[in-house]
Amino acid sequence: MENTKCECGHNNPVGTALCEYCGKPLDEGGQKNRPLEMRYEGKARRSQTRTTSLVDRVWRFFSSVKVAVWLIVITLLLAVPGTFLPQENMVARPEVFYAQEYGAFGDLYYRLGLSNVYESPLFIALLSMIGISLVVCSLDRVIPLYKALKNQQTTKNIQFIQRQRVSCSQPMTEAEKSVMLDRLAEKLSRKRYRVSREGDSILAEKGRFSRWGPYINHIGLILFLLGVLLRFLVPGWYLDETVSIREGEVKKLPGVDYYLKNEQAKVEFYDQDEMPEGSEQSMVKEWKTEAVLYEKDPQTDKLQKVNEGSIVVNHPMKYGDLLLYQADFNTVTDAIVLDVKDKKTKETVGNFKVDLNNPQEKYRLDNGVEINILNYFPDFVMEGNQPTTKSENPNRPAFVFAVDSPKLDKPERSWLISGTDLDGIHQNNRYEIDLKNLETVHVSGLMVRIDKSLPIIFIGAGISVIGLAMGFFWYHRRVWLRWKEGTLYLGAHTNKNWFGLRRELEQVTEEADMPLQFTPQQK
Amino acid sequence: MEQLMQVSLGAMFFLYLLSAIAFVMAVTGKGSRVGKEVHTRRWGRRGIILALIGIISNIIFIASRLMIGGHFTSNMFEFTSFLAFAIAVAFVVIFFIYRAISMGAFAMPLVVILLAYAINFPTEVEPLIPALQSYWLHIHVTTAALGEGALSVGFVAGLVYLIRWVGEDHSTRTAAWLEVVMAVILMFVGFVAASFTFGALDYQVTYKHVVDGQLMAQEYDMPPIAGPFDGELLESQTPFGWTQPFFEVPEWMKGENAASKFNSVLWSIIAGLILYGLLRLLFRKRVYEMLYPVVRKMNLENVDEVSYRAIAIGYPIFTLGALVFAMIWAHEAWGRFWGWDPKETWALITWLYYSAYLHFRLSRGWHGLKSAWMAVGGFLIIMINLIVVNFVFAGLHSYA
Repeated sequence: MENTKCECGHNNPVGTALCEYCGKPLDEGGQKNRPLEMRYEGKARRSQTRTTSLVDRVWRFFSSVKVAVWLIVITLLLAVPGTFLPQENMVARPEVFYAQEYGAFGDLYYRLGLSNVYESPLFIALLSMIGISLVVCSLDRVIPLYKALKNQQTTKNIQFIQRQRVSCSQPMTEAEKSVMLDRLAEKLSRKRYRVSREGDSILAEKGRFSRWGPYINHIGLILFLLGVLLRFLVPGWYLDETVSIREGEVKKLPGVDYYLKNEQAKVEFYDQDEMPEGSEQSMVKEWKTEAVLYEKDPQTDKLQKVNEGSIVVNHPMKYGDLLLYQADFNTVTDAIVLDVKDKKTKETVGNFKVDLNNPQEKYRLDNGVEINILNYFPDFVMEGNQPTTKSENPNRPAFVFAVDSPKLDKPERSWLISGTDLDGIHQNNRYEIDLKNLETVHVSGLMVRIDKSLPIIFIGAGISVIGLAMGFFWYHRRVWLRWKEGTLYLGAHTNKNWFGLRRELEQVTEEADMPLQFTPQQK
Repeated sequence: MEQLMQVSLGAMFFLYLLSAIAFVMAVTGKGSRVGKEVHTRRWGRRGIILALIGIISNIIFIASRLMIGGHFTSNMFEFTSFLAFAIAVAFVVIFFIYRAISMGAFAMPLVVILLAYAINFPTEVEPLIPALQSYWLHIHVTTAALGEGALSVGFVAGLVYLIRWVGEDHSTRTAAWLEVVMAVILMFVGFVAASFTFGALDYQVTYKHVVDGQLMAQEYDMPPIAGPFDGELLESQTPFGWTQPFFEVPEWMKGENAASKFNSVLWSIIAGLILYGLLRLLFRKRVYEMLYPVVRKMNLENVDEVSYRAIAIGYPIFTLGALVFAMIWAHEAWGRFWGWDPKETWALITWLYYSAYLHFRLSRGWHGLKSAWMAVGGFLIIMINLIVVNFVFAGLHSYA
């Protein structure tokens, strides 16, 4: 590889901006008076030194902060329209929902894929590219930076010192110089600088660990993204299901081999005196499901209790990796009690109770009256001329009964559709079936979740915040001093908070009886 | 306790207001008797002391609210007033680092405006819905707001930078855009002024209209410029008789109270423009030119640094509060740590935006002017997340 030799005799790799040894600025066209560019200590990075193979070019692309920022900006811009309308996971039938609710705009929104933008290939590709960029950018920079900071020389080139953003020079005789350097070294170490000395030069440094902050942050972010990726890649790491269980019912949970019994589902409202004065609305205080979790014994096929307790919003039930959340609460009709009346004698023959989720075929009443259920539509709807059911949930139950009794020659047909008056078509019937009352039951809607990557995700997030705090709440400050031929040169650099650095140097120099002014003069 | 809460709320509002006035006095007054420097120092000290007492009464307010209802960050009033508190705290911190008196002349008025905006919403202590009953409510919301407070101070410094920068060179596009920013800020002030005025006059009209086959009532707290689609006057309580709208909103504007909200936006624009016009007529100068004397003495490089520093302090806190704590809580309450709810997404957008800001600044050398504009843009995003997301985009977080 070609080398760039500095006047101090050190051989630098191509792409080096500041001599690795003495810090002298190398090869820069015409910018002799501006402060030095101190990023990555002027070291050559892999992306600058190797540019031939395909790997090098891909590396170069992803190592560019410019590319990284544009990836961030594009992701940001793409995320915005996704918030305009509810996303598909929030709506029932997306193919009709958007056009129906929002007209032409909604239709366009759906067609453009904005209704599911966060799961679109483009969005996922952007996030993956940000992930790759995080790895490459960090490696490309942290390695040269680490090497440079580890191998720092105390004696720096005068140009390097003079062209720091904060710098100053002071004429000083040889006699004064060693006392002054001693004093400055002492004052600097009192400000918690680590001071190293070499002849007439001093290097004082503090807070170097804050330089690792951004990279630790990036490691955290990479871990976070990796966690998100793993939940999709590893089978069994992620489960997202819902289940509705009626009070008293035992149901198998979807996706796992557990059974859950809903012992009791409760809703509690705030009392009037807990609400602000004059407020008429009622507000829910708590939704709660008392539940028992069972596992099926593989030998005996019997259910064995493994956990029990209450499931409340904000307090899911945990068992191993399984999490059960209170998500929905409903009150539904569970059974109806029907009266059978003899229209001729005007007497009630009796009543019977139909379990809507599990109706019997035949009900026997007193005096030999028998009711057969010929047909049952739990969620009644007419499709053309045909009665049918929309679902298995008893939202609008309808029955076709056959009533038989010793008093009849042949069984009578009788219809019952909830919420509909059908007296007209039953005129010739002797027996009349009427709704006596409804029995309701609470239904808990629960979310069934497994997310094994959560520890990785949260540890990643935690590391990221630690990195951010390191990088932003502490600063890396360095001060170079060198006496050469009757002049004391002082230069200083920090990665942030220049104001604080200047003030600190003013204090230090004042305490050392050599007050210097570093603050730019106010206009 | 109820009384203590009311008194401390009033006290903090006026203390913040007086502090804002003191800071403005500090930088504008001539101080002919004592000399400019002594004058500035004296009024600057008064300003910061008033701000500190304001913060103390704000803490008393929060404490009394906690004792009454057990929470203080659950609805629009509580959150917005807490954000005002966070900005005041972040300003005080920055003040003690940089002794930037001129910053106070912008930061404290922002606190006052935001607090006034907050008071527009119902201030009663309401009980919590089940989803909010968690200690994470306090942890998540307070850290997120404190982060946003620091980011907002970064915006204030950015604005100061722009005014100072443009003050030397008027004939640029930057100047024109800065004036637009000023007008938008005045519209925000206009909204607060209009809703206080009509609130004081006890103005209220109600319309009935049909949305998707359902009869709905829509309340107006400001006189209707735009009425609901096919609306009909139901009842009115007005001292000056204005009950008929000039026009009706189009049919597709049918969200909850959409017409009434749209009407408020119209009023904000009108009141803002009136304010703007009055200022222009009175001073015969552009708004940023009126403000220029306040910042004339400031050093551009220092202001740039203050803006960056505030954002550098705010960014990790915001990340922790608005993303990490938010994810932990979302996992506990909703069973997923992330759900692309509009509020969540806008928190992510805010975070990505400031990430871009930091990378532009640290690696691409976007200092000074570009950086200042980005700080202004960031505040715009924070305000979108506070206002637009709550009122326009439906989601789990729409609690006002």
